Amino acid sequence: MASPGTIFRAATLAVAGTTVFALTACTGGGGAEHSEFSLLINTENNEIPSVLTTLSEGVCSDQNNALPLEVETVPQTNLDQQLQLLAGQGDLPVLYSAGNAPALTEELADSGHVMDFEESLTDLGVIDRVEPAAISTIENLYGGFHVLPFEYNIEGIWYNKALFEEHDLAVPETWDELVAAAQTFSDAGVLPFSASGEQGWPITRFIGNYLYRDLGPDAMERIESGEAELDDPEYVRAAQAVADLGEAGFFEEGVGSIDMDTSTHQFLTGDAAMFYMGSWALSDFNNEEGNDIGAENIGFMPFPEVEGGEGNSDQLAANVGLPVTMNAQALNEDTGSWMSCIVENYGTTGLEQENRISGFTLGEEPEGVPQLTQDVQELVTDTDETVLWFEALFSTEATDTSQSNAAPLVTGSLTPEEFMTFVQADLF
Amino acid sequence: MKQVLGDKRAILTLVGPALIVYTVVMLVPVMWSLGYTFFDGNAITGFRFTGLDNFTRLWEDTKVHDAFVFTLKYAAVVTVGQVLIGYGLALLYVFVLRRYSATVRTLLFFPIVLPTVAVGLLFQQLFSIAPQTGPVNSFLNMLGFASIDWFGDGGSAFVVIAVMDIWRSMGFYGVLLYAGLVDIPEDVLEAARTDGAGPLRLVRHVVLPLSWPVLVSAVIFSINGTLKVFDSIMALTDGGPGTSTSPLTLYMFQTSFTYGDYGYGSSVALLLTLLCLVVTVFIFRASRRDLTKG
Repeated sequence: MASPGTIFRAATLAVAGTTVFALTACTGGGGAEHSEFSLLINTENNEIPSVLTTLSEGVCSDQNNALPLEVETVPQTNLDQQLQLLAGQGDLPVLYSAGNAPALTEELADSGHVMDFEESLTDLGVIDRVEPAAISTIENLYGGFHVLPFEYNIEGIWYNKALFEEHDLAVPETWDELVAAAQTFSDAGVLPFSASGEQGWPITRFIGNYLYRDLGPDAMERIESGEAELDDPEYVRAAQAVADLGEAGFFEEGVGSIDMDTSTHQFLTGDAAMFYMGSWALSDFNNEEGNDIGAENIGFMPFPEVEGGEGNSDQLAANVGLPVTMNAQALNEDTGSWMSCIVENYGTTGLEQENRISGFTLGEEPEGVPQLTQDVQELVTDTDETVLWFEALFSTEATDTSQSNAAPLVTGSLTPEEFMTFVQADLF
Repeated sequence: MKQVLGDKRAILTLVGPALIVYTVVMLVPVMWSLGYTFFDGNAITGFRFTGLDNFTRLWEDTKVHDAFVFTLKYAAVVTVGQVLIGYGLALLYVFVLRRYSATVRTLLFFPIVLPTVAVGLLFQQLFSIAPQTGPVNSFLNMLGFASIDWFGDGGSAFVVIAVMDIWRSMGFYGVLLYAGLVDIPEDVLEAARTDGAGPLRLVRHVVLPLSWPVLVSAVIFSINGTLKVFDSIMALTDGGPGTSTSPLTLYMFQTSFTYGDYGYGSSVALLLTLLCLVVTVFIFRASRRDLTKG
């Protein structure tokens, strides 16, 4: 019969042993050998999985036989959590959406989870298949060539040509003209702007663009360097201008509940006259099934100038979308072969199939590209100077604060000063 | 039985497995989380010892202050709502509906069975203003009032959250308290009636004191659940508009997993744990009085 002391010691040992086991189990493991060409992407992005699937069944079928493509999706709002957890466990897939804010992508790159594409694509001999302008935009945003330009977008205000003609309005070139046009539509019972307040960023894009037009293309760099703060009066002025749009009723009532699909639908059914969006929306615009107003009826206006401002409307907002990157630890012969095939063929297939302008060069001239897409492609080619978006240089927390407070700003439950102060407080 | 409980090996056999599971799934993560409070960083960037910096930040962070106040406000309103309405329902079951209460009990218990996310989506639609006008706003329009953007303002969003969570769990508390009320001996109630006690006096001087222990348990149960509310708010408002309906749990979750700051997130978790502890002890102490002498 064991003594009580022995039993106590045995129990203590068992608990301690279990604890050590649990601690060991919770420690992140090393990188796993990938048996699939796995892709983790935000649910909202249908185009990249679709084009990659086409490639896997066509020109990249050999690569797909060696390492089958496997797509997993996660809602964009949960993406950052998912990446944090997977990276912590050393379990990131081969390709993955690189986070909602460039700051997170840089964190992942600093910790060795992101491929250096400058080096790897050079080694694979396909670096010349990426547009230099796209590489430059990526380097400016992410501190290196850390993501792939599956998209290369310009942003601006898309407008309904028929509604502008019907109300005898010229395309606005200044902010004041934009507000006047919005007032005309509002008076006529047409919703001036459709925007998703649930996402927030379609509203904060107005603030960012206003700042670039008013204070010049280095407006946000001055915030990043600490030379200026968002609650300085000249920065609050931009938030005030956007809040005024909300106060005038230029956004849908209950804008905070409007999701992205609804806002797109409002524009494409002719309920709204204008829609701030990136050129990635071309796939929606060119889809005849969901577009009641017709692609030929959609025009693009660069964000208008602010009178007396230091920026101009030639400086288009550009980005590479919510980018996809590659797990640095996943590069081997099979994944490298996949990468080469994607870089060589994505540009043409993406444009033909999804009307998606990418940062990859076109292998062969695509066929059947709609006029609107061609116009935007030309605009991209002709653009010399680009600017970023409002949150591009912010931390993840400041990005979240900005976007989650966008709807309260335009509904009046937050003042412009409060909005800018909140975002400034979470900046770095 | 006495022989079994006197044998330490038997005790160890009976308690050991549960103790090990409890240690692994509860104590280890709790201690681990406590350790994180002294560090900065996350699984991607690695961790850096920062001493008491997270606690200093906690003290100065206005978002934590707002979340703390919201948590207390939510817990107070919803606990009072859940337990009071639940108690009212229990009285209704026992003294009015009596043996016919089973159907009503089942119907009112039903919402607690529904997934929280489904209930959240249901209430989003009920109170929506866009893209479609929901039934609540349609009803207001029918009465001649303008639609309300319920989720556009922190105050009105709080009302919807409170209504939803009270509706969801009042049936559960009704059943819980009903179990306490049916234990009151019928002869005691009969004696009180014979002595001339009306319904109000009967409840105040007989039913309430005799059901006090189960009522206190319900309050503690409710307050601890409401202080740790997460899923229903996440599903309904996601803490918005802005952060105006963000409780400590949601802020903790975002800080840890969205902003990648495990240390500070753990500090918020510690604050919440202490809050639950203090509130529970307070309720225990406040409930130690003899209501029959009140």
